[in-house]
Amino acid sequence: MGKYLLKRCLMIVPMLLGISFILFIVMHVAPGDPASIRYGLNPEISGEARDDFNRMFDLDKPVLEQYVLWMKRFVLFDFGGSLIDGRPVKEKIAERIPATLLLQFTSLVIIFLIAVPVGVISAVRKGGGFDRTATLLMFIGYAMPTFWLALILILFFGVDLRWFPISGMTPWYAEYLGGAARLRDLVWHMVLPVTATAFGSLASLSRYTRASVIEVMREPYILAARAKGLSENRVIFVHALRNALLPVITVMGLTLPALVSGSFIFESIFAWPGMGRLGYEAIMNYDYPVIMGVGVLSTFLTLVGIFLADILYAVADPRIRFGRRD
Amino acid sequence: MLPFFYADAATASRTPRDAYVSAGTGDARILIPFLADDVASSSICGMVYNGLTKVDKDLTVVPDLAESWVVSADGLSITFKLRDGVKWHDGRPFSANDVKFTFETILDPATGCPYTGAYKDIKSIKVEDSRTITFEYAAPYAPALLKLGMGIIPEHIFSEVGDMRSSPHARDPIGTGPYKFIRWRTGEYILLEANTEYFGGCPGIKRYVYRIIPDESVQFLELITESIDSMDLNPYQYVYRSGGDSFKRRINKYKYLAHAYTYVGYNLRDPLFSDRNVRIALSLAINRGNIIDSVLLGQGERCDGPFIKGTAYYDDNVEEYVYDPDKAKRLLMNAGWADVDNDGVLEKDGMEFHVRLITNQGNQVREDVATMIQSDWAAIGIKTDIQVVAWAAFLDQFVKGGKFQAVLLGWTLPADPDPYAVWHSSSAGENGLNLISYSDPEVDRLIEEGRREFDPARRGEIYRAIHSRIHDAAPYTFLFYPYAEPAINSRFNGIRPEPAGISYNFVEWYVDDNKVKYAF
Repeated sequence: MGKYLLKRCLMIVPMLLGISFILFIVMHVAPGDPASIRYGLNPEISGEARDDFNRMFDLDKPVLEQYVLWMKRFVLFDFGGSLIDGRPVKEKIAERIPATLLLQFTSLVIIFLIAVPVGVISAVRKGGGFDRTATLLMFIGYAMPTFWLALILILFFGVDLRWFPISGMTPWYAEYLGGAARLRDLVWHMVLPVTATAFGSLASLSRYTRASVIEVMREPYILAARAKGLSENRVIFVHALRNALLPVITVMGLTLPALVSGSFIFESIFAWPGMGRLGYEAIMNYDYPVIMGVGVLSTFLTLVGIFLADILYAVADPRIRFGRRD
Repeated sequence: MLPFFYADAATASRTPRDAYVSAGTGDARILIPFLADDVASSSICGMVYNGLTKVDKDLTVVPDLAESWVVSADGLSITFKLRDGVKWHDGRPFSANDVKFTFETILDPATGCPYTGAYKDIKSIKVEDSRTITFEYAAPYAPALLKLGMGIIPEHIFSEVGDMRSSPHARDPIGTGPYKFIRWRTGEYILLEANTEYFGGCPGIKRYVYRIIPDESVQFLELITESIDSMDLNPYQYVYRSGGDSFKRRINKYKYLAHAYTYVGYNLRDPLFSDRNVRIALSLAINRGNIIDSVLLGQGERCDGPFIKGTAYYDDNVEEYVYDPDKAKRLLMNAGWADVDNDGVLEKDGMEFHVRLITNQGNQVREDVATMIQSDWAAIGIKTDIQVVAWAAFLDQFVKGGKFQAVLLGWTLPADPDPYAVWHSSSAGENGLNLISYSDPEVDRLIEEGRREFDPARRGEIYRAIHSRIHDAAPYTFLFYPYAEPAINSRFNGIRPEPAGISYNFVEWYVDDNKVKYAF
């Protein structure tokens, strides 16, 4: 197991390098360049200024040389400076990560707290009224474009009812408020984006849970548990749920990269100052160092997410052990 | 009587109060005026810093940090007398050394200022005394008066800074302007507070907030819910979404000609457009009135030249190309184009009159205009392919190096009319903005003369002559000037739209006691 884990850990390095190289090349073969995007057709800005800009950020060098320069900095954990404002990419990412994590972890917790019980109850009362209603709602959740849902939430709860603020994370006047009022304000600002973010995943996770519980309930050891005269609650929540949650854990593990990269739409709609928006803005502005920073971080989180999902799977199910050939 | 009363009230009530919350789609990038090359950064810098000069409501250059100036008879030197008693936001006195430091920093190649083109003719900057400074130029340069309106930065803050961009003051500016910087929460908002000691008079609004809301439709909803106080409406929002009583009661709409125009440019290196009569025919065939009515919903005006309409530089006497498809057909026939095979498309020497019109993606107005032009040209026998290309590819693969036939684009017009970058023949080429390779020695001469001429009346004559010649040659079909249509919460008083727009007198805006929204 230890050897396997070490091997898996080490595998992350070449994969990260390979993906970073592909990302770098793809970025540079796309038509257009940062100077053109930045200065466009601005008559106030001279052609020399564009050349100076390229020189200043090594963009006049061949692509492979640029990649080597990037790599040299990267091994020292230096992502370079943004082409937009010259600030260190590390600093920009660090500034945006808390907002994304706050939004995504809150959504994740809510998804988990709602989806798992709904999935379990649906499975246990399969075909009943609750199951049918939940199924209908979940299919609506699947089918509904989430950006559309976001706009509907904004229109109804934000504009018509005026219950919640429709964009931003902290109001500008927050610093003139006390601590408790600030916290309340933050929670208030989170309601609509968290609802919109959670809704789509809620459907898939509760479906996974439902299917998984139904499958596990057919296993012989559940029959055995029932035969021993255990209460139905004990059978479901102690015996069945542990195994039923295995695929759910895998799905949760794989949602880790989405913490960073999956928030492009919501963060833009709700003006949420997170990583997704940073990545989106970087792509729109051809801000290569930031794209690389966000890209490499997302890749890293994806690889770690898969790795964690594997480990959690093994922890949850003692029958699964890695690196041993029976 | 009413405007006078308002103006009087504005100057009388100098206790700043309330907050003005504006919004933009993008965050600012850097708050050093000569490194700011985006709208958000420039507008914040405009509140925090002052230049030597500025433009007034009529776009005339007037003193700002300067009290007055004298241009030498040969036009080679400009001496500015500076205002007395001006202080930086940290309380230190402003002096001529700050001005010298600012422009020397701009001219230092290590600074990486994108605007150096406007200052390259400065030969020397001499501080005569703490309130007098002289700029010596290698050649007379009339736009200098406006270009020297660039925001002045404090020497005592930046003199020890190596890289301006990484300085903490790039995000925490200290200026002399009407507003002091308070906080920048990246991606969320920038907060400024009134400078009660501002030399131009204490602003009437206590706080200026710039919020970042990337989605324009969400911005509009924030305007309706009054979480923001202003935004620029698009024609659809102006005409259809803001007519209700509830909107009108709470929000005022304004309208004035934007300093920008949209045009079709013909690549003059393409033989198809070498004949002036053909270009005129193409202009005559486009129904501009129809375009303005249906695409802009009437929210724009015809454009017939490359300068701001209503200024002394715009020649009102040019004979506009009024929509006349029959005349267009006749001109094309005289130029040898005829529908020989009766397929509805004109031919000449066995070649069809086939135009590829390109424009950039992401601008629905341009895409719609292109479709209308396609239809108008089809009516006189011209086949048009429209190509809508993503901005990056549009610049890289088509515009750069002039690899296009006809282009549908727009220009923003700065307050100074100097059209060198777009219309001088030396601006044609790989990096130049004379995209269509327009070349007229007489226009070149006039442009150069206009740059040397400081007398506003004479400059007016020169630019009207340029306008007239460009119009005669018809290298563009000038289409329209759109209206700028800001909507502002009705609690703000003192707003007076002028050719310069509405924000030129922001320090004079105020809120009546009973309407204050943010009382802290």
